[in-house]
Amino acid sequence: MASHKTAQIRLVSSHDEVYEPCDDSFALVDALLADRTNLLEHHPTLCMEIGCGSGYVITSLALILGQEGSGVNYIATDINPHAVKVTHETMEAHGVNAELIITDIAAGLENRLAGMVDVMVVNPPYVPTPEDEVGSEGITSSWAGGENGRSVIDRILPVADNLLSKKGWLYLVTLTANNPSEICGEMRKKGYASKIVVQRSTEEESLHIIKFWKDLDNEIEEINDQSPTGFMGSLLAQIPLLSLWRSKQ
Amino acid sequence: MRLLTHNMLSSNIKGVVNGFPLRIEAEKVLEKNVEMNSDFLKKMFEKIEWKAFVEASRGMGYTELPEEADSSMLDSDEFLNRFHHALLELHLEEGALVCPETGRRFPVRKGIPNMLLHEDEV
Repeated sequence: MASHKTAQIRLVSSHDEVYEPCDDSFALVDALLADRTNLLEHHPTLCMEIGCGSGYVITSLALILGQEGSGVNYIATDINPHAVKVTHETMEAHGVNAELIITDIAAGLENRLAGMVDVMVVNPPYVPTPEDEVGSEGITSSWAGGENGRSVIDRILPVADNLLSKKGWLYLVTLTANNPSEICGEMRKKGYASKIVVQRSTEEESLHIIKFWKDLDNEIEEINDQSPTGFMGSLLAQIPLLSLWRSKQ
Repeated sequence: MRLLTHNMLSSNIKGVVNGFPLRIEAEKVLEKNVEMNSDFLKKMFEKIEWKAFVEASRGMGYTELPEEADSSMLDSDEFLNRFHHALLELHLEEGALVCPETGRRFPVRKGIPNMLLHEDEV
Protein backbone atom coordinates (compact mmCIF):
# COMPACT_ATOMS: atom_id res chain seq x y z
CA MET A 1 0.00 0.00 0.00
CA ALA A 2 2.85 2.34 0.83
CA SER A 3 4.08 2.12 -2.75
CA HIS A 4 1.04 4.01 -4.01
CA LYS A 5 1.63 7.72 -3.91
CA THR A 6 -2.01 8.69 -4.24
CA ALA A 7 -5.44 7.27 -3.51
CA GLN A 8 -6.60 4.51 -5.83
CA ILE A 9 -9.91 5.04 -7.56
CA ARG A 10 -10.98 1.43 -7.00
CA LEU A 11 -10.68 2.00 -3.25
CA VAL A 12 -12.55 5.32 -3.20
CA SER A 13 -15.97 4.85 -1.63
CA SER A 14 -19.10 6.45 -3.10
CA HIS A 15 -22.65 7.55 -2.42
CA ASP A 16 -25.37 9.06 -4.64
CA GLU A 17 -25.14 12.35 -2.75
CA VAL A 18 -21.32 12.64 -2.79
CA TYR A 19 -19.17 14.17 -5.52
CA GLU A 20 -16.96 11.53 -7.12
CA PRO A 21 -13.30 12.23 -7.91
CA CYS A 22 -13.26 14.12 -11.20
CA ASP A 23 -10.90 16.28 -13.29
CA ASP A 24 -10.69 18.94 -10.58
CA SER A 25 -9.83 16.37 -7.87
CA PHE A 26 -7.17 14.82 -10.12
CA ALA A 27 -5.71 18.25 -10.94
CA LEU A 28 -5.46 19.08 -7.22
CA VAL A 29 -3.73 15.79 -6.41
CA ASP A 30 -1.42 16.30 -9.40
CA ALA A 31 -0.53 19.70 -7.94
CA LEU A 32 0.31 18.04 -4.60
CA LEU A 33 2.43 15.46 -6.41
CA ALA A 34 4.18 18.17 -8.43
CA ASP A 35 4.96 19.91 -5.14
CA ARG A 36 5.76 16.68 -3.28
CA THR A 37 9.42 17.42 -2.53
CA ASN A 38 8.52 20.85 -1.14
CA LEU A 39 5.70 19.36 0.90
CA LEU A 40 7.99 16.76 2.45
CA GLU A 41 10.62 19.40 3.28
CA HIS A 42 7.88 21.61 4.73
CA HIS A 43 7.37 19.11 7.60
CA PRO A 44 3.74 20.01 8.26
CA THR A 45 2.27 19.11 11.64
CA LEU A 46 -1.41 19.64 10.87
CA CYS A 47 -2.96 19.37 7.42
CA MET A 48 -6.56 20.14 6.63
CA GLU A 49 -9.05 19.75 3.84
CA ILE A 50 -12.19 21.87 3.70
CA GLY A 51 -14.89 20.07 1.69
CA CYS A 52 -13.40 16.57 1.62
CA GLY A 53 -16.15 14.98 -0.55
CA SER A 54 -15.13 11.43 -1.50
CA GLY A 55 -11.89 11.71 0.49
CA TYR A 56 -9.75 11.23 -2.61
CA VAL A 57 -7.64 14.33 -1.99
CA ILE A 58 -7.03 14.08 1.77
CA THR A 59 -6.26 10.34 1.38
CA SER A 60 -3.72 11.17 -1.31
CA LEU A 61 -2.16 13.87 0.85
CA ALA A 62 -1.89 11.41 3.75
CA LEU A 63 -0.24 8.84 1.46
CA ILE A 64 2.22 11.49 0.24
CA LEU A 65 3.15 12.85 3.68
CA GLY A 66 2.67 9.87 6.00
CA GLN A 67 0.77 9.47 9.26
CA GLU A 68 1.24 9.95 13.01
CA GLY A 69 4.63 8.24 13.07
CA SER A 70 5.84 10.91 10.64
CA GLY A 71 4.45 13.57 12.96
CA VAL A 72 1.57 14.58 10.69
CA ASN A 73 -2.11 14.69 11.55
CA TYR A 74 -5.06 15.46 9.30
CA ILE A 75 -8.40 17.17 9.77
CA ALA A 76 -11.10 17.15 7.10
CA THR A 77 -14.52 18.79 7.05
CA ASP A 78 -17.58 18.69 4.85
CA ILE A 79 -21.03 20.19 5.22
CA ASN A 80 -22.51 17.00 3.71
CA PRO A 81 -22.71 14.17 6.30
CA HIS A 82 -22.71 11.54 3.51
CA ALA A 83 -19.42 12.96 2.20
CA VAL A 84 -17.77 12.71 5.60
CA LYS A 85 -18.89 9.10 5.89
CA VAL A 86 -17.57 8.31 2.40
CA THR A 87 -14.26 10.03 3.23
CA HIS A 88 -13.99 7.86 6.32
CA GLU A 89 -14.51 4.71 4.22
CA THR A 90 -12.03 5.85 1.57
CA MET A 91 -9.34 6.59 4.14
CA GLU A 92 -9.92 3.31 5.92
CA ALA A 93 -9.60 1.40 2.64
CA HIS A 94 -6.18 2.99 2.17
CA GLY A 95 -5.04 2.40 5.75
CA VAL A 96 -4.81 6.11 6.57
CA ASN A 97 -6.88 8.32 8.86
CA ALA A 98 -7.96 11.88 9.52
CA GLU A 99 -10.08 13.60 12.09
CA LEU A 100 -13.41 14.15 10.35
CA ILE A 101 -15.98 16.77 11.25
CA ILE A 102 -19.37 17.53 9.74
CA THR A 103 -19.44 21.31 9.66
CA ASP A 104 -19.89 24.35 7.45
CA ILE A 105 -16.36 25.19 6.19
CA ALA A 106 -14.54 25.22 9.58
CA ALA A 107 -17.27 26.39 11.95
CA GLY A 108 -16.38 25.39 15.51
CA LEU A 109 -12.65 25.25 14.74
CA GLU A 110 -11.92 28.90 14.08
CA ASN A 111 -11.00 29.92 17.63
CA ARG A 112 -8.79 27.10 18.78
CA LEU A 113 -7.30 25.94 15.48
CA ALA A 114 -6.31 29.48 14.42
CA GLY A 115 -2.72 29.70 13.18
CA MET A 116 -2.11 25.95 13.38
CA VAL A 117 -2.68 24.54 9.90
CA ASP A 118 0.51 24.07 7.88
CA VAL A 119 -1.08 22.70 4.71
CA MET A 120 -4.65 23.30 3.57
CA VAL A 121 -6.23 21.84 0.45
CA VAL A 122 -9.53 23.10 -0.92
CA ASN A 123 -11.53 22.01 -3.95
CA PRO A 124 -14.45 24.39 -3.37
CA PRO A 125 -17.88 24.50 -4.99
CA TYR A 126 -16.79 26.82 -7.82
CA VAL A 127 -19.47 26.39 -10.48
CA PRO A 128 -21.38 29.63 -11.22
CA THR A 129 -25.02 29.03 -10.20
CA PRO A 130 -28.01 31.02 -8.99
CA GLU A 131 -27.25 32.24 -5.48
CA ASP A 132 -30.12 30.27 -3.90
CA GLU A 133 -28.49 26.94 -4.85
CA VAL A 134 -25.48 27.64 -2.64
CA GLY A 135 -25.35 25.54 0.53
CA SER A 136 -28.17 23.24 -0.59
CA GLU A 137 -28.21 19.82 0.93
CA GLY A 138 -26.43 16.83 -0.55
CA ILE A 139 -24.31 16.79 -3.67
CA THR A 140 -25.40 20.28 -4.80
CA SER A 141 -23.26 21.70 -1.98
CA SER A 142 -20.20 20.20 -3.68
CA TRP A 143 -20.44 22.36 -6.79
CA ALA A 144 -22.95 25.23 -6.43
CA GLY A 145 -20.81 28.35 -6.16
CA GLY A 146 -23.27 31.21 -6.67
CA GLU A 147 -22.37 34.31 -8.64
CA ASN A 148 -19.16 33.71 -10.65
CA GLY A 149 -18.79 30.58 -8.52
CA ARG A 150 -17.32 32.79 -5.82
CA SER A 151 -19.85 32.71 -2.96
CA VAL A 152 -18.26 29.85 -1.03
CA ILE A 153 -14.68 30.61 -2.12
CA ASP A 154 -15.05 34.14 -0.75
CA ARG A 155 -16.21 32.70 2.60
CA ILE A 156 -13.37 30.16 2.68
CA LEU A 157 -10.49 32.58 2.02
CA PRO A 158 -10.70 34.54 5.32
CA VAL A 159 -11.15 31.24 7.21
CA ALA A 160 -8.04 29.84 5.51
CA ASP A 161 -6.14 33.01 6.41
CA ASN A 162 -7.20 32.61 10.04
CA LEU A 163 -6.36 28.90 10.31
CA LEU A 164 -3.07 28.83 8.42
CA SER A 165 0.13 28.93 10.45
CA LYS A 166 2.89 31.42 9.67
CA LYS A 167 4.43 28.85 7.36
CA GLY A 168 1.03 27.67 6.10
CA TRP A 169 0.32 26.81 2.49
CA LEU A 170 -3.06 26.73 0.75
CA TYR A 171 -3.76 24.81 -2.44
CA LEU A 172 -6.99 26.02 -4.03
CA VAL A 173 -8.85 24.79 -7.11
CA THR A 174 -10.32 27.59 -9.22
CA LEU A 175 -12.10 27.96 -12.50
CA THR A 176 -11.41 30.79 -14.98
CA ALA A 177 -14.97 32.04 -14.32
CA ASN A 178 -13.98 32.55 -10.65
CA ASN A 179 -11.54 35.28 -11.74
CA PRO A 180 -8.44 33.70 -10.18
CA SER A 181 -6.31 36.83 -10.63
CA GLU A 182 -8.79 38.72 -8.44
CA ILE A 183 -8.61 35.93 -5.83
CA CYS A 184 -4.81 36.26 -5.87
CA GLY A 185 -5.20 40.02 -5.47
CA GLU A 186 -7.48 39.55 -2.46
CA MET A 187 -5.00 37.14 -0.90
CA ARG A 188 -2.13 39.50 -1.70
CA LYS A 189 -3.88 42.11 0.49
CA LYS A 190 -3.80 39.54 3.32
CA GLY A 191 -0.06 39.08 2.74
CA TYR A 192 0.00 35.98 0.56
CA ALA A 193 2.09 35.32 -2.49
CA SER A 194 0.69 32.89 -5.04
CA LYS A 195 1.58 30.76 -8.00
CA ILE A 196 -0.19 28.41 -10.37
CA VAL A 197 0.97 24.86 -9.71
CA VAL A 198 -1.23 23.12 -12.28
CA GLN A 199 -3.28 24.49 -15.13
CA ARG A 200 -5.61 22.21 -17.03
CA SER A 201 -8.24 22.73 -19.68
CA THR A 202 -10.94 20.15 -20.14
CA GLU A 203 -13.85 20.21 -22.57
CA GLU A 204 -16.00 21.94 -20.01
CA GLU A 205 -13.71 24.08 -17.91
CA SER A 206 -10.31 25.60 -17.47
CA LEU A 207 -8.90 24.77 -14.05
CA HIS A 208 -6.08 26.36 -12.11
CA ILE A 209 -4.61 24.96 -8.93
CA ILE A 210 -3.15 27.93 -7.08
CA LYS A 211 -0.75 27.67 -4.18
CA PHE A 212 -0.74 30.50 -1.62
CA TRP A 213 1.86 31.11 1.05
CA LYS A 214 2.59 33.95 3.45
CA ASP A 215 4.99 36.41 1.96
CA LEU A 216 6.32 37.76 5.24
CA ASP A 217 8.62 40.40 3.70
CA ASN A 218 5.80 42.06 1.84
CA GLU A 219 3.25 41.85 4.61
CA ILE A 220 4.78 44.86 6.37
CA GLU A 221 4.43 46.90 3.19
CA GLU A 222 0.77 46.00 2.99
CA ILE A 223 0.07 47.11 6.55
CA ASN A 224 1.46 50.57 5.76
CA ASP A 225 -0.42 50.64 2.52
CA GLN A 226 -3.07 53.21 3.41
CA SER A 227 -1.91 56.19 1.33
CA PRO A 228 -3.00 56.75 -2.33
CA THR A 229 0.59 56.11 -3.43
CA GLY A 230 0.53 52.94 -1.41
CA PHE A 231 -2.62 51.84 -3.20
CA MET A 232 -0.95 52.47 -6.57
CA GLY A 233 2.06 50.60 -5.29
CA SER A 234 -0.02 47.59 -4.46
CA LEU A 235 -1.66 47.74 -7.89
CA LEU A 236 1.77 47.89 -9.49
CA ALA A 237 2.89 44.96 -7.40
CA GLN A 238 0.11 42.91 -8.97
CA ILE A 239 1.04 43.74 -12.55
CA PRO A 240 3.50 40.88 -13.06
CA LEU A 241 0.84 38.51 -11.79
CA LEU A 242 -1.86 40.02 -14.01
CA SER A 243 0.37 39.85 -17.08
CA LEU A 244 1.19 36.27 -16.20
CA TRP A 245 -2.50 35.54 -16.14
CA ARG A 246 -2.98 37.15 -19.55
CA SER A 247 -0.17 35.14 -21.07
CA LYS A 248 -1.66 31.96 -19.65
CA GLN A 249 -5.13 32.54 -20.98
CA MET B 1 -12.94 11.82 17.30
CA ARG B 2 -9.69 12.18 19.17
CA LEU B 3 -9.08 14.49 22.09
CA LEU B 4 -6.74 16.46 19.83
CA THR B 5 -9.82 17.47 17.88
CA HIS B 6 -11.90 18.01 21.00
CA ASN B 7 -9.29 20.49 22.18
CA MET B 8 -9.67 22.46 18.95
CA LEU B 9 -13.49 22.51 18.84
CA SER B 10 -15.83 25.13 20.28
CA SER B 11 -19.57 25.62 20.21
CA ASN B 12 -20.21 28.39 17.71
CA ILE B 13 -23.92 28.90 18.24
CA LYS B 14 -24.90 32.52 17.66
CA GLY B 15 -24.63 34.50 20.88
CA VAL B 16 -22.48 31.95 22.73
CA VAL B 17 -19.51 33.80 24.26
CA ASN B 18 -17.60 30.91 25.80
CA GLY B 19 -18.19 27.78 23.79
CA PHE B 20 -15.03 26.00 24.96
CA PRO B 21 -14.48 23.34 26.13
CA LEU B 22 -17.35 21.17 24.98
CA ARG B 23 -18.34 18.66 27.65
CA ILE B 24 -17.96 15.05 26.57
CA GLU B 25 -20.80 12.56 26.95
CA ALA B 26 -19.21 9.23 26.14
CA GLU B 27 -21.33 6.22 25.19
CA LYS B 28 -18.56 4.29 23.44
CA VAL B 29 -14.82 4.92 23.52
CA LEU B 30 -12.34 3.07 21.31
CA GLU B 31 -8.59 2.72 21.69
CA LYS B 32 -6.45 2.48 18.55
CA ASN B 33 -2.69 2.18 18.76
CA VAL B 34 -0.73 4.66 16.72
CA GLU B 35 2.99 5.20 16.40
CA MET B 36 4.34 7.88 18.71
CA ASN B 37 6.18 10.92 17.39
CA SER B 38 7.67 13.00 20.20
CA ASP B 39 8.29 16.04 17.97
CA PHE B 40 4.60 16.15 17.18
CA LEU B 41 3.72 15.89 20.87
CA LYS B 42 6.14 18.67 21.78
CA LYS B 43 4.68 20.96 19.13
CA MET B 44 1.12 20.19 20.15
CA PHE B 45 1.80 20.58 23.85
CA GLU B 46 2.14 24.34 23.41
CA LYS B 47 -1.26 24.51 21.74
CA ILE B 48 -3.24 22.23 24.02
CA GLU B 49 -5.51 23.77 26.65
CA TRP B 50 -4.38 21.40 29.40
CA LYS B 51 -7.26 21.74 31.84
CA ALA B 52 -9.83 21.05 29.13
CA PHE B 53 -7.69 18.14 27.93
CA VAL B 54 -7.52 16.50 31.36
CA GLU B 55 -11.24 16.94 31.88
CA ALA B 56 -11.99 15.48 28.45
CA SER B 57 -9.72 12.49 29.06
CA ARG B 58 -11.61 11.79 32.30
CA GLY B 59 -14.86 12.02 30.36
CA MET B 60 -13.44 9.22 28.23
CA GLY B 61 -12.52 7.15 31.26
CA TYR B 62 -8.76 7.88 31.27
CA THR B 63 -7.44 9.21 34.55
CA GLU B 64 -3.64 8.99 34.17
CA LEU B 65 -2.96 12.60 33.14
CA PRO B 66 -1.53 15.00 35.74
CA GLU B 67 -3.80 17.87 36.81
CA GLU B 68 -1.21 20.39 35.69
CA ALA B 69 1.61 20.13 33.18
CA ASP B 70 4.52 22.25 32.04
CA SER B 71 6.97 21.83 29.19
CA SER B 72 9.73 20.40 31.42
CA MET B 73 7.58 17.26 31.73
CA LEU B 74 8.09 16.56 28.03
CA ASP B 75 11.50 15.13 28.94
CA SER B 76 9.77 12.26 30.74
CA ASP B 77 8.95 9.22 28.59
CA GLU B 78 6.20 8.25 30.97
CA PHE B 79 4.53 11.63 30.55
CA LEU B 80 4.96 11.54 26.76
CA ASN B 81 3.37 8.07 26.61
CA ARG B 82 0.34 9.22 28.58
CA PHE B 83 0.02 12.46 26.59
CA HIS B 84 0.29 10.48 23.34
CA HIS B 85 -2.29 7.95 24.46
CA ALA B 86 -4.84 10.54 25.57
CA LEU B 87 -4.28 12.85 22.59
CA LEU B 88 -4.21 10.36 19.72
CA GLU B 89 -5.23 6.86 20.80
CA LEU B 90 -8.54 7.47 22.54
CA HIS B 91 -11.50 7.88 20.19
CA LEU B 92 -14.97 9.03 21.08
CA GLU B 93 -16.90 6.65 18.85
CA GLU B 94 -20.46 7.31 20.08
CA GLY B 95 -21.70 10.09 22.29
CA ALA B 96 -22.09 13.83 22.25
CA LEU B 97 -20.29 17.13 22.72
CA VAL B 98 -22.25 19.50 24.90
CA CYS B 99 -22.07 23.28 24.61
CA PRO B 100 -20.94 24.58 28.03
CA GLU B 101 -23.16 27.65 27.77
CA THR B 102 -26.43 26.43 26.24
CA GLY B 103 -26.35 22.68 26.87
CA ARG B 104 -26.95 22.05 23.16
CA ARG B 105 -25.74 18.56 22.27
CA PHE B 106 -23.65 18.00 19.13
CA PRO B 107 -23.92 14.28 18.35
CA VAL B 108 -20.88 12.10 17.66
CA ARG B 109 -21.76 9.07 15.54
CA LYS B 110 -19.25 6.51 14.25
CA GLY B 111 -16.49 8.76 15.53
CA ILE B 112 -17.66 11.82 13.61
CA PRO B 113 -18.94 14.94 15.39
CA ASN B 114 -21.75 16.82 13.70
CA MET B 115 -21.26 20.53 14.36
CA LEU B 116 -23.93 21.72 11.90
CA LEU B 117 -26.19 24.36 13.41
CA HIS B 118 -29.94 24.73 13.06
CA GLU B 119 -31.17 27.80 11.19
CA ASP B 120 -32.07 29.65 14.39
CA GLU B 121 -28.58 29.05 15.84
CA VAL B 122 -26.59 30.69 13.02
